Amino acid sequence: MNARVVAIVIALAALATLPHWIQGDYYINVSSQILFSAIFALGLNVLAGYGGLVSLGHAGLLGITAYAVGYTLQAGFGHPVAILAGIVIGVASMAVYAVLSLRATGIGFIMITLALGEIIWGLAYRWIGITNGDNGISLHGRPQPFGLSLNSPAAFYYMTLVVFLISLAAMTMFVRSPLGAALMGTRDQPRRMNALGYHVWAIRFWACLFSGLLTAVSGILFVYYTQFISPQALDLTSSAEVLLMVIAGGAGTLFGPVVGAALVVIVKSVVSAYVTRWNMLLGAIFVVIVIFMPEGIVPGTVRLWRAARRRFVPTAAPASKAGAPP
Amino acid sequence: MSALTVKNLCKAFGGLQVTTHVNLSVEPGERRLIIGPNGAGKTTLFNLITGEISPDAGSIELFGRDITHVPSRQRPHLGMARTYQVITLFPHDTIVHNVSLALLGLSPLRWNPFIDMRRQGHIVEDARAALARVGLADIAERPLAQTSYGERRRVEIAMALAQNPKVMLLDEPFAGLSIDERRDVQQCLTAISRDVTMVMIEHNMDVALEFAERITLLHFGEVIVEGSRAEVVADPRTREVYLGR
Repeated sequence: MNARVVAIVIALAALATLPHWIQGDYYINVSSQILFSAIFALGLNVLAGYGGLVSLGHAGLLGITAYAVGYTLQAGFGHPVAILAGIVIGVASMAVYAVLSLRATGIGFIMITLALGEIIWGLAYRWIGITNGDNGISLHGRPQPFGLSLNSPAAFYYMTLVVFLISLAAMTMFVRSPLGAALMGTRDQPRRMNALGYHVWAIRFWACLFSGLLTAVSGILFVYYTQFISPQALDLTSSAEVLLMVIAGGAGTLFGPVVGAALVVIVKSVVSAYVTRWNMLLGAIFVVIVIFMPEGIVPGTVRLWRAARRRFVPTAAPASKAGAPP
Repeated sequence: MSALTVKNLCKAFGGLQVTTHVNLSVEPGERRLIIGPNGAGKTTLFNLITGEISPDAGSIELFGRDITHVPSRQRPHLGMARTYQVITLFPHDTIVHNVSLALLGLSPLRWNPFIDMRRQGHIVEDARAALARVGLADIAERPLAQTSYGERRRVEIAMALAQNPKVMLLDEPFAGLSIDERRDVQQCLTAISRDVTMVMIEHNMDVALEFAERITLLHFGEVIVEGSRAEVVADPRTREVYLGR
């Protein structure tokens, strides 16, 4: 059994028993926030990390799903319909996003997604008939899958954990699949992929839909967690925050966005209780990451760990060569 | 029927006419060399044939089928493969993964998000077979970043070969290689069967002339001379274009 498997088993055990060893409802709630933020970051990582398509409008997509759930519930439908509406409307909005923004890559893609995100924020703010404007939409109660109440922090945490693990498994499968390999190919050499017979646009489009699905799932958990949705959740800061999670943790890695989500949520909700200027602290942490681990926390730690092992664990490396005078 | 026919092909970038009424007819199994000074429009001609850029006028046929308006991504599926003058590979992956991507490009599996790519035995086997043909089977698992320039040139050829093409377009496969590496690449190319029609752009006359049966000389986007190897080499216009008056 290698170190990776051991680490995964330990992490799983820690996550599964978390409500028993963590003190207080507040921290269980923070853990739920970390997990659904991590699903959001996984979704953005499909595009930003594996597809080379950086989106600055993903909070808008999360918001569309959250509003769809809120509006459907307000209209008198049940939770299953609301959840389905959230997923269908979220993924369909991503399809529209994709058709509009995949006309460009690089900076062009960033700017189009930024504009789309701002348009959705504007709509949420002004289209009062549907969104209730600045006052937002409140939800009344969480769903009860199989008769289990999700009202306690621990119950909601376990629900979020299950959805998170399914999302992570789906992500792992996607990354190892031929379509995942094709997406990474279009990131590195789009021209060559086209010449090899791949439909570069269609591959990116499917990746967008997968990203949209994860974003929608995260949006549903988010809106049931807060039981409230207002335009604030859709603003540019939220889009930038999730991008920060992906980049800080390690874009294009499986666990990077999860670690990034943990970092951002902890600084935002826990450290902010002690440090008033927590935004500055987050900025400082990001600068440190960029200086010492430009590839992100997860790949950066792996690199430093290997370098340390090479240095301190004697191997078959020719010592005489290193010690020889120039 | 010709393997590849180009009729009256024209292309201008703004005011610059880069391809001027080019006609080309390559027979099945033929080895055709395209030469010409820098800026003669050789690579542009390849980009037109593979569909990466679309022509202003003229037509392109592959085994009698008009492919002028077939999207470039469809052309590999019709049996056309190319290599690039500037090496265009996937730097983060292993050699065998690079070639696997070439194979996957023609397989319906490329749309599948549910299976593990490393467990697709036939793709990995075929990729290794293609690597064996260019003499790289031993280092198939090596990350591309740790390979030499000459090895990368051969990976380029292996990727084209893996697609089992009917027509192969080689853009300066000897560019920047040492004498030893040149010999290796030459061996790969001479070992390719006559089922494959090959068109090559090359500046290096020693190896290129040995390879070519017929030669087309391009200059300012026009075909100046075309004929058998001996005819083109003996033609005074070849001398003029290459050495000046």
